[in-house]
Amino acid sequence: MGMTITEKILAAHAGRDRVEPGELINVKIDLALGNDITAPVAIREFEKIGVDRVFDRERVVLVPDHFVPNKDIKSAEQSKILKEFARKHGLTHYYEVGRMGIEHCLLPEQGLVGPGDLIIGADSHTCTYGGLGAFSTGVGSTDLAAAMALGETWLKVPESIKFVYYGEMPDWVSGKDLILYTIGRIGVDGALYMAMEFTGPAVEGMSMDGRLTMANMAVEAGAKNGIVAPDGVTRRYVEGRAKRPYVFYASDPDARFAREYHFDVSKMEPAVALPHLPENVRPVSEVLNITIDQAVIGSCTNGRMDDLREAARLLKGRRVNGNVRLIIIPGTQEIYRQAMREGLFEIFLDSGAAISTPTCGPCLGGHMGILAEGERCIATTNRNFVGRMGHPGSEVYLAGPAVAAASAVMGRIAHPREVE
Amino acid sequence: MEIKGKIWKFGNDVDTDVIIPARYLNTSDPGELAGHCMEDADPLFAKKVRPGDIIVAGKNFGCGSSREHAPIAIKAAGVSCVIARTFARIFYRNAFNIGLPILESAEAAGKIQEGDEVAVDLEGGIITNITRNETYRATRVPPFMQQIIAAGGLINYVAERMKKRGDT
Repeated sequence: MGMTITEKILAAHAGRDRVEPGELINVKIDLALGNDITAPVAIREFEKIGVDRVFDRERVVLVPDHFVPNKDIKSAEQSKILKEFARKHGLTHYYEVGRMGIEHCLLPEQGLVGPGDLIIGADSHTCTYGGLGAFSTGVGSTDLAAAMALGETWLKVPESIKFVYYGEMPDWVSGKDLILYTIGRIGVDGALYMAMEFTGPAVEGMSMDGRLTMANMAVEAGAKNGIVAPDGVTRRYVEGRAKRPYVFYASDPDARFAREYHFDVSKMEPAVALPHLPENVRPVSEVLNITIDQAVIGSCTNGRMDDLREAARLLKGRRVNGNVRLIIIPGTQEIYRQAMREGLFEIFLDSGAAISTPTCGPCLGGHMGILAEGERCIATTNRNFVGRMGHPGSEVYLAGPAVAAASAVMGRIAHPREVE
Repeated sequence: MEIKGKIWKFGNDVDTDVIIPARYLNTSDPGELAGHCMEDADPLFAKKVRPGDIIVAGKNFGCGSSREHAPIAIKAAGVSCVIARTFARIFYRNAFNIGLPILESAEAAGKIQEGDEVAVDLEGGIITNITRNETYRATRVPPFMQQIIAAGGLINYVAERMKKRGDT
């Protein structure tokens, strides 16, 4: 019996030839990650263990990104805990404002994570790196503390679900639409404790940015990890970027999958997830009458170059509707610079959009775009729970960058072709 | 350890933003977090809950963020145990790691009503509904997770392991 790519990576990090779904295993980790919300708790717990150093000062990464630039005194105190810990332990990968990015945009870009890696991070969207062909999953702060000391963690080997996406991608349909559609089909616990393996010609033809978007939202279906087998697209992305050696794994033809889904992408249209769960997904053409007060383009889900270019395609020569605030947040300093070089900032500014320094900010209702009671936002972020972006009486609609940009122009949820 | 308390009932897919909204995550102080526990589902929950009370919910409790502040807030609010049909995986790990008792039981999640008086035998996985004179069985906790509980949480477990390895 063959193994899936997830099982192979786990086996390699457990020092075993094979592992079986359901087994509890101890694995070596290649990288441990924390942010300004989760790392202060992890550091407090780490200090209780009674060790005087982290397992490897090059493999513990701290990125203050949620409330930075610090929004108030309390969040400044949290960030300070990270800075002081990084200094004390000589961490090589601590990212200060001005040199940072949203963690899940930053780590792939900087080559800190690569194919075949096993990564844990105290942030649920750590599953993003599965887009590179890594096993990557979110944990809590105490698990991060233990991993920072041991360089190991324990995991239950997940069963895998295979998703096959075939057919030609229609215009304005992107990785975000595929993953929203998928969550809409299986539900927010449709892959609970399981691995989601994304395969098929539509995924093979997708850029790395699109794959990272898809893996990013695996947790929104309850999954432990999402993963795409590395290929030529992956090789071109990691070459010259990866800071460590990497390994390409792939599922065997006779690997075991608990379930299999086949989706024809040529029949899809851009998707929107209505409040208050990411599974409330509708084709955009069914929800065109909903007016909006704000649009946000950014986040660890859709804050990369592909996303900004797609938004610019629609915003070029057009104005943001008078009733709407459009907030655009490039995911990293590097993306910020690149967007500027390509002239996207000119397009955004001409349209009447605000451009922010990289931050998670509004996605989690932190800062930089909080909603008042009764306000509605269309966002390229990943969660639309009650109160997620502000007042418990506000609403978040999830979509890809094309729908968000088109909606900003129209003042209501719009299909990109209405604006085109 | 005896667990006995009054039930607060919630529905399916209770997410971590409801358990502790991110607008309060600029602190990790358990007492402060407890004051906002479940605020966006029931603004008065933190005021009404009494030490020892028990939360019962449907499927996928704790979905969303990895924030350990969620089980910390529940524990610090005085809740003695959470019973749900299923738990989201990061919340499940976090609860064990910080010592918040949780039990999976579809039967209990279905039959227990708000306000019921319930007793829980954690080791045996037996849930007794005193109000309705019923008992329910919970899913067995994996042996490895029991070791973490026996050690007094993950940090103690790791400290013991590191001592054995001679790292400290």
